[in-house]
Amino acid sequence: MIAEALFFSAVLFTIGVVGVLTRRNAIIIFMCVELMLNAVNLSFIALSRLHGSANGQVFVLFVMTIAAAEAAVGLAIIISIFRHHKSVDLRNINLLKG
Amino acid sequence: MNTLLYTFHFYLFGLIAIASAVAFVTRKSPVAAALWLVNTMFCLSALYVMLDAQFIGAVQVLVYAGAIMVVFLFVVMLLNLGQASDVSDIRGLGGRLTAGLVGLAMLAELVALSRIRFPQLTQAVSDQTNVVNPVSAPLFHQYLLPFEVTSVVLLVAVVGAVVLAKRGPNVS
Repeated sequence: MIAEALFFSAVLFTIGVVGVLTRRNAIIIFMCVELMLNAVNLSFIALSRLHGSANGQVFVLFVMTIAAAEAAVGLAIIISIFRHHKSVDLRNINLLKG
Repeated sequence: MNTLLYTFHFYLFGLIAIASAVAFVTRKSPVAAALWLVNTMFCLSALYVMLDAQFIGAVQVLVYAGAIMVVFLFVVMLLNLGQASDVSDIRGLGGRLTAGLVGLAMLAELVALSRIRFPQLTQAVSDQTNVVNPVSAPLFHQYLLPFEVTSVVLLVAVVGAVVLAKRGPNVS
Protein backbone atom coordinates (compact mmCIF):
# COMPACT_ATOMS: atom_id res chain seq x y z
CA MET A 1 0.00 0.00 0.00
CA ILE A 2 2.94 2.35 0.59
CA ALA A 3 3.87 2.67 -3.09
CA GLU A 4 0.24 3.41 -4.00
CA ALA A 5 -0.07 6.02 -1.26
CA LEU A 6 3.12 7.73 -2.44
CA PHE A 7 1.81 7.59 -6.01
CA PHE A 8 -1.49 9.27 -5.00
CA SER A 9 0.49 11.83 -3.02
CA ALA A 10 2.70 12.70 -5.99
CA VAL A 11 -0.28 12.97 -8.35
CA LEU A 12 -2.09 15.30 -5.94
CA PHE A 13 1.05 17.42 -5.56
CA THR A 14 1.40 17.67 -9.36
CA ILE A 15 -2.25 18.75 -9.67
CA GLY A 16 -1.61 21.43 -7.06
CA VAL A 17 1.48 22.73 -8.89
CA VAL A 18 -0.36 22.83 -12.21
CA GLY A 19 -3.21 24.69 -10.53
CA VAL A 20 -0.84 27.31 -9.09
CA LEU A 21 0.76 27.77 -12.51
CA THR A 22 -2.44 28.02 -14.54
CA ARG A 23 -5.00 29.84 -12.38
CA ARG A 24 -5.16 33.60 -11.86
CA ASN A 25 -7.66 33.80 -9.00
CA ALA A 26 -5.66 34.40 -5.82
CA ILE A 27 -8.05 32.43 -3.59
CA ILE A 28 -7.92 29.37 -5.86
CA ILE A 29 -4.11 29.59 -5.89
CA PHE A 30 -4.20 29.52 -2.09
CA MET A 31 -6.41 26.45 -2.18
CA CYS A 32 -3.92 24.78 -4.56
CA VAL A 33 -1.20 25.40 -1.98
CA GLU A 34 -3.39 23.70 0.63
CA LEU A 35 -3.78 20.76 -1.76
CA MET A 36 0.02 20.47 -2.04
CA LEU A 37 0.36 20.51 1.75
CA ASN A 38 -2.24 17.73 1.92
CA ALA A 39 -0.30 15.67 -0.62
CA VAL A 40 2.86 15.99 1.48
CA ASN A 41 0.88 14.97 4.57
CA LEU A 42 -0.24 11.80 2.79
CA SER A 43 3.35 10.80 2.05
CA PHE A 44 4.30 11.60 5.67
CA ILE A 45 1.58 9.22 6.91
CA ALA A 46 2.54 6.51 4.40
CA LEU A 47 6.24 6.63 5.31
CA SER A 48 5.41 6.73 9.02
CA ARG A 49 3.40 3.53 8.46
CA LEU A 50 6.33 2.02 6.54
CA HIS A 51 8.77 2.63 9.38
CA GLY A 52 6.31 1.67 12.12
CA SER A 53 6.92 4.93 13.97
CA ALA A 54 4.55 7.76 14.92
CA ASN A 55 7.03 10.60 14.34
CA GLY A 56 5.64 11.24 10.85
CA GLN A 57 2.16 11.69 12.31
CA VAL A 58 3.54 14.27 14.75
CA PHE A 59 4.99 16.18 11.81
CA VAL A 60 1.62 16.07 10.06
CA LEU A 61 0.13 17.80 13.10
CA PHE A 62 2.77 20.52 12.80
CA VAL A 63 2.13 20.92 9.07
CA MET A 64 -1.62 21.29 9.71
CA THR A 65 -0.96 24.00 12.31
CA ILE A 66 1.34 25.93 9.99
CA ALA A 67 -1.22 25.55 7.18
CA ALA A 68 -3.90 27.07 9.40
CA ALA A 69 -1.62 30.00 10.27
CA GLU A 70 -0.72 30.46 6.61
CA ALA A 71 -4.39 30.43 5.57
CA ALA A 72 -5.24 33.09 8.17
CA VAL A 73 -2.43 35.45 7.15
CA GLY A 74 -2.85 34.81 3.42
CA LEU A 75 -6.58 35.44 3.44
CA ALA A 76 -6.03 38.65 5.42
CA ILE A 77 -3.57 39.75 2.70
CA ILE A 78 -6.15 38.86 0.02
CA ILE A 79 -8.84 40.92 1.80
CA SER A 80 -6.39 43.82 2.01
CA ILE A 81 -5.54 43.52 -1.71
CA PHE A 82 -9.25 43.36 -2.57
CA ARG A 83 -9.79 46.69 -0.79
CA HIS A 84 -7.20 48.32 -3.05
CA HIS A 85 -7.95 46.73 -6.42
CA LYS A 86 -11.60 45.62 -6.03
CA SER A 87 -10.49 42.27 -7.48
CA VAL A 88 -8.39 39.24 -6.58
CA ASP A 89 -7.24 38.65 -10.14
CA LEU A 90 -3.45 38.41 -10.23
CA ARG A 91 -3.30 40.32 -13.54
CA ASN A 92 -4.15 43.50 -11.63
CA ILE A 93 -1.37 42.99 -9.07
CA ASN A 94 1.73 43.81 -11.11
CA LEU A 95 3.51 46.42 -9.02
CA LEU A 96 6.78 44.45 -9.01
CA LYS A 97 6.64 43.62 -12.72
CA GLY A 98 9.69 44.95 -14.59
CA MET B 1 -8.05 -8.50 7.54
CA ASN B 2 -9.70 -8.92 4.19
CA THR B 3 -6.84 -7.86 1.94
CA LEU B 4 -8.80 -7.70 -1.31
CA LEU B 5 -11.49 -5.47 0.20
CA TYR B 6 -8.81 -3.28 1.79
CA THR B 7 -6.97 -2.86 -1.52
CA PHE B 8 -10.21 -2.11 -3.36
CA HIS B 9 -11.19 0.63 -0.92
CA PHE B 10 -7.67 2.05 -0.88
CA TYR B 11 -7.70 2.47 -4.66
CA LEU B 12 -11.31 3.72 -4.56
CA PHE B 13 -10.58 6.54 -2.10
CA GLY B 14 -7.32 7.44 -3.83
CA LEU B 15 -8.95 7.67 -7.24
CA ILE B 16 -11.87 9.70 -5.88
CA ALA B 17 -9.34 12.05 -4.26
CA ILE B 18 -7.46 12.54 -7.54
CA ALA B 19 -10.68 12.98 -9.56
CA SER B 20 -11.93 15.58 -7.06
CA ALA B 21 -8.60 17.38 -7.23
CA VAL B 22 -8.81 17.53 -11.04
CA ALA B 23 -12.37 18.85 -10.77
CA PHE B 24 -11.11 21.37 -8.20
CA VAL B 25 -8.47 22.95 -10.44
CA THR B 26 -10.77 23.08 -13.46
CA ARG B 27 -13.85 24.72 -11.88
CA LYS B 28 -14.31 28.42 -12.65
CA SER B 29 -16.47 29.26 -9.64
CA PRO B 30 -14.44 29.54 -6.40
CA VAL B 31 -17.30 28.03 -4.35
CA ALA B 32 -17.49 24.90 -6.51
CA ALA B 33 -13.68 24.60 -6.40
CA ALA B 34 -13.68 24.84 -2.59
CA LEU B 35 -16.37 22.15 -2.28
CA TRP B 36 -14.41 19.77 -4.55
CA LEU B 37 -11.33 20.41 -2.41
CA VAL B 38 -13.35 19.47 0.70
CA ASN B 39 -14.23 16.19 -1.06
CA THR B 40 -10.52 15.56 -1.71
CA MET B 41 -9.76 16.16 1.96
CA PHE B 42 -12.45 13.70 3.10
CA CYS B 43 -10.96 11.01 0.84
CA LEU B 44 -7.47 11.77 2.19
CA SER B 45 -8.85 11.36 5.70
CA ALA B 46 -10.14 7.91 4.73
CA LEU B 47 -6.68 7.05 3.37
CA TYR B 48 -5.10 8.17 6.67
CA VAL B 49 -7.41 5.86 8.61
CA MET B 50 -6.54 2.96 6.28
CA LEU B 51 -2.83 3.68 6.88
CA ASP B 52 -3.35 3.23 10.67
CA ALA B 53 -3.30 6.96 11.49
CA GLN B 54 -6.82 7.20 12.91
CA PHE B 55 -6.18 10.28 15.04
CA ILE B 56 -4.70 12.21 12.10
CA GLY B 57 -7.73 11.21 10.03
CA ALA B 58 -10.07 12.74 12.62
CA VAL B 59 -7.92 15.88 12.86
CA GLN B 60 -7.92 16.16 9.07
CA VAL B 61 -11.72 16.29 9.00
CA LEU B 62 -11.91 18.70 11.94
CA VAL B 63 -9.12 21.12 11.00
CA TYR B 64 -8.89 21.02 7.21
CA ALA B 65 -12.40 20.20 6.03
CA GLY B 66 -14.02 21.84 9.05
CA ALA B 67 -12.02 24.94 9.87
CA ILE B 68 -9.66 25.96 7.06
CA MET B 69 -12.10 25.42 4.20
CA VAL B 70 -14.85 27.26 6.11
CA VAL B 71 -12.48 30.23 6.39
CA PHE B 72 -11.84 30.06 2.63
CA LEU B 73 -15.57 29.91 1.84
CA PHE B 74 -16.19 32.74 4.31
CA VAL B 75 -13.68 34.97 2.49
CA VAL B 76 -15.23 34.07 -0.88
CA MET B 77 -18.65 35.08 0.43
CA LEU B 78 -17.28 38.20 2.18
CA LEU B 79 -15.64 39.50 -0.99
CA ASN B 80 -18.72 38.52 -3.04
CA LEU B 81 -16.69 36.39 -5.47
CA GLY B 82 -19.18 33.52 -5.68
CA GLN B 83 -19.95 34.11 -9.34
CA ALA B 84 -17.41 32.95 -11.87
CA SER B 85 -15.89 35.91 -13.68
CA ASP B 86 -16.80 36.50 -17.31
CA VAL B 87 -13.22 36.39 -18.53
CA SER B 88 -11.57 33.04 -17.91
CA ASP B 89 -9.01 33.11 -15.14
CA ILE B 90 -6.99 30.29 -16.68
CA ARG B 91 -3.71 31.62 -18.02
CA GLY B 92 -2.94 31.85 -21.73
CA LEU B 93 -0.76 29.64 -23.91
CA GLY B 94 2.54 30.41 -22.15
CA GLY B 95 1.20 29.55 -18.71
CA ARG B 96 -0.41 26.38 -19.97
CA LEU B 97 2.80 25.26 -21.71
CA THR B 98 4.85 25.88 -18.57
CA ALA B 99 2.31 24.05 -16.43
CA GLY B 100 2.22 21.15 -18.87
CA LEU B 101 6.02 20.85 -18.91
CA VAL B 102 6.23 20.97 -15.12
CA GLY B 103 3.44 18.40 -14.89
CA LEU B 104 5.25 16.09 -17.34
CA ALA B 105 8.53 16.42 -15.41
CA MET B 106 6.79 15.54 -12.16
CA LEU B 107 5.01 12.60 -13.79
CA ALA B 108 8.40 11.30 -14.95
CA GLU B 109 9.56 11.46 -11.34
CA LEU B 110 6.43 9.48 -10.45
CA VAL B 111 7.38 6.70 -12.83
CA ALA B 112 10.87 6.57 -11.32
CA LEU B 113 9.30 6.49 -7.86
CA SER B 114 6.96 3.62 -8.67
CA ARG B 115 9.92 1.37 -9.56
CA ILE B 116 11.21 1.40 -5.98
CA ARG B 117 10.65 -1.84 -4.07
CA PHE B 118 9.54 -1.11 -0.53
CA PRO B 119 10.47 -3.46 2.32
CA GLN B 120 7.89 -5.53 4.12
CA LEU B 121 5.56 -3.56 6.37
CA THR B 122 6.39 -3.52 10.05
CA GLN B 123 3.81 -3.73 12.81
CA ALA B 124 1.36 -0.81 12.95
CA VAL B 125 2.19 1.79 15.61
CA SER B 126 -1.34 1.84 17.01
CA ASP B 127 -3.63 -1.07 17.72
CA GLN B 128 -7.37 -0.58 17.43
CA THR B 129 -7.89 0.46 21.06
CA ASN B 130 -4.88 2.72 21.62
CA VAL B 131 -4.92 5.37 18.90
CA VAL B 132 -3.90 8.70 20.43
CA ASN B 133 -1.07 7.57 22.69
CA PRO B 134 1.50 6.74 19.93
CA VAL B 135 1.07 10.28 18.57
CA SER B 136 0.88 12.18 21.83
CA ALA B 137 3.88 10.55 23.54
CA PRO B 138 6.52 11.88 21.08
CA LEU B 139 4.57 15.14 20.70
CA PHE B 140 4.89 15.98 24.39
CA HIS B 141 8.33 14.50 25.05
CA GLN B 142 10.61 14.47 22.03
CA TYR B 143 8.96 17.37 20.19
CA LEU B 144 7.92 19.51 23.16
CA LEU B 145 9.96 22.56 22.10
CA PRO B 146 8.64 22.61 18.49
CA PHE B 147 5.13 22.20 19.92
CA GLU B 148 5.55 25.31 22.07
CA VAL B 149 7.12 27.26 19.21
CA THR B 150 4.11 26.33 17.07
CA SER B 151 1.80 27.98 19.59
CA VAL B 152 3.85 31.18 19.31
CA VAL B 153 3.58 30.97 15.50
CA LEU B 154 -0.20 30.69 15.80
CA LEU B 155 -0.31 33.74 18.07
CA VAL B 156 1.79 35.75 15.59
CA ALA B 157 -0.45 34.63 12.72
CA VAL B 158 -3.62 35.69 14.54
CA VAL B 159 -2.19 39.12 15.40
CA GLY B 160 -0.84 39.53 11.86
CA ALA B 161 -4.17 38.58 10.29
CA VAL B 162 -6.05 41.11 12.42
CA VAL B 163 -3.53 43.87 11.65
CA LEU B 164 -3.58 43.14 7.91
CA ALA B 165 -7.34 42.89 7.57
CA LYS B 166 -8.17 45.88 9.79
CA ARG B 167 -9.06 49.15 8.13
CA GLY B 168 -6.45 51.74 9.00
CA PRO B 169 -7.56 55.19 10.29
CA ASN B 170 -6.31 57.09 7.23
CA VAL B 171 -6.78 54.39 4.61
CA SER B 172 -10.14 54.58 2.88
